[in-house]
Amino acid sequence: MEQFAPVRRSKDGQPVRYLVVDDSVFARKNLTRILEQFGGLLAGEAGDGVAAIAEYERVRPDIVLMDITMPRMEGIEAAEKIVQQFPEARIVMVSSVGYQENIVAALQRGARHFVQKPVKPEVLYEVIKYVLGEDGAVAAAAAAGAQP
Amino acid sequence: MKMELIQPLINAADAVLAQGLNLPISVGSISMEEETYRRKGLAALVWLTGDIEGRVIFDVDPQTAVKIASRMANAEMPESDMLVRETLCELANQVIGNAITTLNDQGFHFRVHPPVLHTAEQGTGSSEDTEAIVFCFDTEMGSIFMNMALRYTMKTAEKKGQAAKAGK
Repeated sequence: MEQFAPVRRSKDGQPVRYLVVDDSVFARKNLTRILEQFGGLLAGEAGDGVAAIAEYERVRPDIVLMDITMPRMEGIEAAEKIVQQFPEARIVMVSSVGYQENIVAALQRGARHFVQKPVKPEVLYEVIKYVLGEDGAVAAAAAAGAQP
Repeated sequence: MKMELIQPLINAADAVLAQGLNLPISVGSISMEEETYRRKGLAALVWLTGDIEGRVIFDVDPQTAVKIASRMANAEMPESDMLVRETLCELANQVIGNAITTLNDQGFHFRVHPPVLHTAEQGTGSSEDTEAIVFCFDTEMGSIFMNMALRYTMKTAEKKGQAAKAGK
């Protein structure tokens, strides 16, 4: 298994807190396993867009990983509603449907990035570092001996 | 069913299964389904609507499903585990999503519906315009069957007919 240097919050050195939103339990577990490889902490989970909005308000995560095709409310609409209320929200869409119009719609409505399923851990790792920007820091000691 | 619909699904299945299982995959057999669909084991069904409509079913025997789920979860799972069924649905979702991405870039617009477990022993039969094709993907864990019954909607058929007449 590939090793990743832990990504921490720059302000307090604590693990990055994630909200994982997907109607598939398997997908949520799989994403959580990947995030743990990055030193992340699962702050909450939701199985649809409506639950995602409530869960965001409750846990105020550093990053949301949001599926698109979900029952009750789809991910793009949920992302828009979260960003309207919390403009600082960092939402990364994670979906198997990665055509141009979908990506553009997600970005126009507030998502910061898009990752296509099946998720490659090395791709998600780079996206998370990019989305966190200066608010994220790769742990230096671990980074010395780790890839990438 | 036209090759332009089939090829993206085969490519997506090949790529998603190979990455998810981290195993070599090969297309073992291809057949036309003339009889009514009969479930082989655990089956995940995805409906498509839009320019193309129909359904795709992923079907595996229970033992293969357990092996696949255990490998993807990196933990042994009992056959009764809900995650086994969830894994099959998510695999179907990823294959269809990736195929749709390709088809959308080719000008087909449609909506993919969340995968559902197909629990009935059999489904509807094929017809002239919804002929079913079954691909069998062989892995060392067992075979994965992808049963597709898709057709152009009337609007799409008309558009394609007009384009052909115009010599496009």
